[in-house]
Amino acid sequence: MRIVITPKHKFTLSELASLWHYRELGSFLVKRDIKVRYKQTVLGGLWAIIQPFFTMVVFSLFFGKMAKVPSDGVPYPVFVYAGLLPWTYFSGALTAASESMVGNANLITKVYFPRAIVPAAAVLSGLLDFLVASTVLAGMMLYFRIGLNPALPMVIPLTGLTVLCAAGAGFWLSALNVEYRDIRYTIPFVIQLWLFSSPVIYPSSIVPARYQWALALNPMAGVLKAFRASVLGNQALDWHALGISSGVIFFLFVSGFLYFRRMERTFADVI
Amino acid sequence: MSDVIINAENLSKRYSLGATHGYKTFRETLVDAVRTSFSKGRKREEVWALKDVSFEVKRGEVLGIIGRNGAGKSTLLKILSRITEPTSGRAELRGRVGSLLEVGTGFHPELTGRENVYLYGTILGMRSSEISRKYAEILAFAEMERFMETPVKRYSSGMYMRLAFSVAAHLEPEILLVDEVLAVGDAIFQRKCIAKMREAAGGGRTVLFVSHNIPAVNSFCDRALLLEGGRISFSGPTHDATGRYLAAASENATSGDIASRHDRTGSGILRLTGFRLENLAGETVPFLRNGETSRLVFEYESPSGGPVEDVNLQFVLLKQSGEAVAQFGTRFTGQAFREVPPKGAIVCELRRLPLVPETYRLDAYLSSGIVPADYISWLARVTVAAGDFYGSGYQVFEKESSFLLDGAVNLSGPIA
Repeated sequence: MRIVITPKHKFTLSELASLWHYRELGSFLVKRDIKVRYKQTVLGGLWAIIQPFFTMVVFSLFFGKMAKVPSDGVPYPVFVYAGLLPWTYFSGALTAASESMVGNANLITKVYFPRAIVPAAAVLSGLLDFLVASTVLAGMMLYFRIGLNPALPMVIPLTGLTVLCAAGAGFWLSALNVEYRDIRYTIPFVIQLWLFSSPVIYPSSIVPARYQWALALNPMAGVLKAFRASVLGNQALDWHALGISSGVIFFLFVSGFLYFRRMERTFADVI
Repeated sequence: MSDVIINAENLSKRYSLGATHGYKTFRETLVDAVRTSFSKGRKREEVWALKDVSFEVKRGEVLGIIGRNGAGKSTLLKILSRITEPTSGRAELRGRVGSLLEVGTGFHPELTGRENVYLYGTILGMRSSEISRKYAEILAFAEMERFMETPVKRYSSGMYMRLAFSVAAHLEPEILLVDEVLAVGDAIFQRKCIAKMREAAGGGRTVLFVSHNIPAVNSFCDRALLLEGGRISFSGPTHDATGRYLAAASENATSGDIASRHDRTGSGILRLTGFRLENLAGETVPFLRNGETSRLVFEYESPSGGPVEDVNLQFVLLKQSGEAVAQFGTRFTGQAFREVPPKGAIVCELRRLPLVPETYRLDAYLSSGIVPADYISWLARVTVAAGDFYGSGYQVFEKESSFLLDGAVNLSGPIA
């Protein structure tokens, strides 16, 4: 093994190989985050369910019952939960990723490893909660007698897109957060705005057809819409919107990774 | 095959001073951007933490890196362990690198001992299969076979450090970078650690060892680099390097023309003109040793040429970081001088010096009555070296202690 240290070395494919070399560390960081998350809580893993479930209850009451927000022909509670499920994962993953570099400052200033592992692990460790919370969706579908949709397996690639989206935005925000702690205060606010500009509470059908493409520029919009369509089967998949959103996600991920890489070499000096 | 395992060429690292103090906010960046665009050529103050450092290390060699705080030792290790990148220069390492820059970083308090062994091991670069293989050995070395299912937040700090070091000690890289980690655990564990590092070096491992602990460097390293102000000022046999280090530290503390310094405040009715360290025999010494009685000699002069009344002298020893460590002087001993001759020296005798080895900063203050006469910050640097305070040959750990407590430990009868 031969290591050459020079300033400002450019990104090379061999670095991707070194990321692979450190996969074990990544999996240990994921395990650590999962194990630590609900330590010393009474309800433990139940928290993964409580949060989206009660959000669903409150939203159903205020938006579904009182404000009469339309829900594309399915009962509003199951409609909103099918949106909240990926959204809760996404917002949690994005928050965790953004804080991850600063939270692991002691590691970053003391040990070498490819830094991208840290936000990536933060994003992946939320998947267990996502799985746990999806059992509630299954229960609700049973309760509301919504049959299995043949497009259901689509949720796997859609979850993959959500992971990439959270990782891409997470790379950006975690790297920025190292240098500008303003980011810490921006995140809750960004997530809130993002929630309201995504079709979680409302169906994307309330947006006029000619602006659908603009909605899909919000990468989570296309994903959420497709997620609902695959699970509930109330609509055909909107491949067009999903295509636009996937493109944006790809761009976000690659640009985020490259920005993160560029900032990486000064992390230890400024964190 | 070349036997050179580390080859560093002109490694340099520049920090801009603004950036090292905390983090920036967007507002500051914006303000800076506006400022620099309006006032062209305005530059941040920059320092070279490391400048043109070149050296080679051969396979199996144990290289000590010594120097005062801020000389660039830690920066050098951080570059070699790839934590930070150099500003310019190049280094090549032929082998797996393991670095022990601070033992126990990466331990998570909520996880159990076992989980932490695996987590910390992988952070240091071990494979989990490798950890499993060495698991029993790691526990035996740490003497921690019990408590492995207990969260480490319930551990004592000693247990915590032993376990962490034990994991680190079982890392088997070709190149081991070590920064001050020997200051953990009790004396017995410390000896075990040194033995383990010797064994590593004996087994053909290359070790770079950064330390302030000169005796440890002397006993452990084949060769040493002395860093001063980011540059290598000496490279060669360990004893020569450590000798120069101690001499340089002392020179800084005893040379320098105090009389002509302008960075002083006070009425000037009395002025400090010189400073030196003396041993009990009255000989000037370059540094103090803890446990020994020594004298700090402050020379003064009255510019008016007449005697001065009601004179007090105080001094403060501070860490290089500015943290005050100890204060001493006539006000506390109640020995103000009713009158001093126009020229002379005030001698402060310190008995059984109870300070841990370090280079301290000395600030001194002369007053006449209630009027401040002369105050000089950074009058000198005072280096305290390891002596034999307890007469036992053991030292306390610098990271865990600022002072040496005087006393004895006795066994009492059975407790009723």
